[in-house]
Amino acid sequence: MSRVAVLSGDRVYRVHWRLGTDRLAGVCHCGAEHEAEDPVELWEWLLAHPDGHHPTAPAPERDLAGTR
Amino acid sequence: MISSFVRDQWYVAAYADEIGTDLFARTVCGEPLVFFRAEDGTAVALADRCVHRRFPLSQSRRDGDTIVCGYHGFTYDTSGSCVFVPGQKRIPRTARVASYPLVEQDSFVWVWIGSRDLADPGLIPRAPWLADPAYTTVRGMEPLAARYGLLVDNLLDLSHETYLHGGYIGTPEVAETPITTEVDDEKGVIYVSRRMADAACPPFYAESTGIKGRITRWQDIEYRPPCLYLLHSRIAPAGVLPNADGTDPGAFHVEVVYAITPETEHSTHDFWAVARDFALEDAKVSGFLHDSNRTVVLQDVAALNTLEKVIAAEADGYQELSINIDTGGLAARRILARMAASPVSA
Repeated sequence: MSRVAVLSGDRVYRVHWRLGTDRLAGVCHCGAEHEAEDPVELWEWLLAHPDGHHPTAPAPERDLAGTR
Repeated sequence: MISSFVRDQWYVAAYADEIGTDLFARTVCGEPLVFFRAEDGTAVALADRCVHRRFPLSQSRRDGDTIVCGYHGFTYDTSGSCVFVPGQKRIPRTARVASYPLVEQDSFVWVWIGSRDLADPGLIPRAPWLADPAYTTVRGMEPLAARYGLLVDNLLDLSHETYLHGGYIGTPEVAETPITTEVDDEKGVIYVSRRMADAACPPFYAESTGIKGRITRWQDIEYRPPCLYLLHSRIAPAGVLPNADGTDPGAFHVEVVYAITPETEHSTHDFWAVARDFALEDAKVSGFLHDSNRTVVLQDVAALNTLEKVIAAEADGYQELSINIDTGGLAARRILARMAASPVSA
């Protein structure tokens, strides 16, 4: 099932509760994701942006390599 | 104790029809206010304490568009300026009571608590269904002897409904539905979505909407701290979704609106309204929605009144345990704490 996204601002944090598990998936507005079972820990991670946030977008080096 | 109130904000002070020609007292964020309608129909709010010896103006009398203090006769106009002082001609320069910006919108009277010059009516969050002829609304207000934060916690987590409100609004599917919590940090909006793609239709909805068979059921919470809480409930035949332009003719909608207005540090005005866009003239449906929602509100009130006594008796920094269902509530607490710590005028 696709993830719900209702709010459309530039600084929206999302937490998806994985169905059938106790896991929460946090998605930062920068694209970085992190899983946790404790919502307090997950909010701390989200709000620490950009500390420890590594977006899953392709690394720039790879793009450059591909165009050369 | 540091105040938990968020200043420089609009709060629902009353339903518009609560304010009439009689003087009406209500305390908002610890500030005692007196309300009335001037002769031209404009709603007015003044500080409810005579500047002379603090007698409540709400227990005084009107003379045209002025209030005459029931103790010594100090007389105030609708701007709060003193226009008469007993026994002397000179009116002291400081003889005035504060007046409060008011806006009537969506059947509510909103009052601005904070610095007057920051009161922008454009900041008031909307609940348009409550004054929309395409909807029928039932509503009420219950006094809550608990701090407003407990009501925010309560409303941000609907999973308590299975336990506290068993038999009223909880259904088994609710516990098996994925939940997404979104926080717009810039705009200060919290959105919690519970969307059931394929659920049984509760008998009440089957009867009042005519839907036969399984349904798509959405229950989306939208909280606009500090005061306005919306629960967008959408019911449609399974698989029917809104149009791309946002119109949604194939669904039935129930908009549950709460205004969470702090009265004191330990009490809250719990305004609630339920608006629907189906069975508009059906008194039985209105009765059911009114009675069931009020029952739920009163169950919450009883539980939170108990909780307030427990928490008020404990030292600060008591231990809590937060679990997945608290994700939205934690986000709300954080935004409220930030707003309380740094009001716009700070």
